[in-house]
Amino acid sequence: MSLAPGRSVRVKADWPELRGRCHIRTPHYVRGQTGTILRHLGDFPNPEDLAFARPAAATPLYHVRFDQPSLWGEGATGDDIVIELFAHWLEPL
Amino acid sequence: MTIATLDHDTLLQALRRVLAEKDIAQPDEIAERIRITDAGTPAQGARMVARAWCDPAFRTLMLTDGARAAALLDIPMRGAPPLGVLENTADLHHLVVCTLCSCYPRAVLGYPPFWFKSAAYRARAVRDPRGLLTEFGTTLPAATALRVVDSTADYRWMVLPQRPHGTEGWSEAALARLVRAGDMIGVTIPALA
Repeated sequence: MSLAPGRSVRVKADWPELRGRCHIRTPHYVRGQTGTILRHLGDFPNPEDLAFARPAAATPLYHVRFDQPSLWGEGATGDDIVIELFAHWLEPL
Repeated sequence: MTIATLDHDTLLQALRRVLAEKDIAQPDEIAERIRITDAGTPAQGARMVARAWCDPAFRTLMLTDGARAAALLDIPMRGAPPLGVLENTADLHHLVVCTLCSCYPRAVLGYPPFWFKSAAYRARAVRDPRGLLTEFGTTLPAATALRVVDSTADYRWMVLPQRPHGTEGWSEAALARLVRAGDMIGVTIPALA
């Protein structure tokens, strides 16, 4: 799966930390939120495996843009937040 | 005596000995890594910013591949994560934070300021970034959008600030002296003293 710039995506509303030990690079505040792909940053070993010294597959990493007011229900129109997110957390819309 | 009561130097020496015996890291490799770490200071990032202000080709390279641009200025980048550079313009200001931990472009900025790792900075940079900037004495023009960059994974990010007005004709070295760590995080803006 490759996500082109401009594509709308939803971050999975998943909470693996409720199921056991894990290492996640997806902050709470974007889970379940809708954003836009800015660009593909490259492929990097999946940190969720790397952290436990398991074989870690190269995983696409994207820069994803979120509208600041829609994330928090406050803030200035036009402001945004950009985050690095791995492909398996993103659902294309 | 337990590991919790041993003094730090004894622990460090024991760790170095075990690393060498198991051939994980030899003393010369550790010395090299310490040398690289010590070479990282905000003055390195400031040199890059000043060069980008004076040399459009360097600026283009810096925005495309920050690590290559840093290496061109003899900044040690071996083993460093990819370096992304965020260009501030009249329309868009960038603010860098790592909400999950303390990711920081150490090769070019050195150790982070103490507040960069604080829970307060990490929470407020994403939740109330304009309020946070005000507390750093930074007021953005109303027409300038603010983009918070949360450093959550493999990249490290630095800001390329706008060149201050009134610095026309300045030497690169004089320009570099204007640029502080906060300007390259995005909490402040370079200004003439």
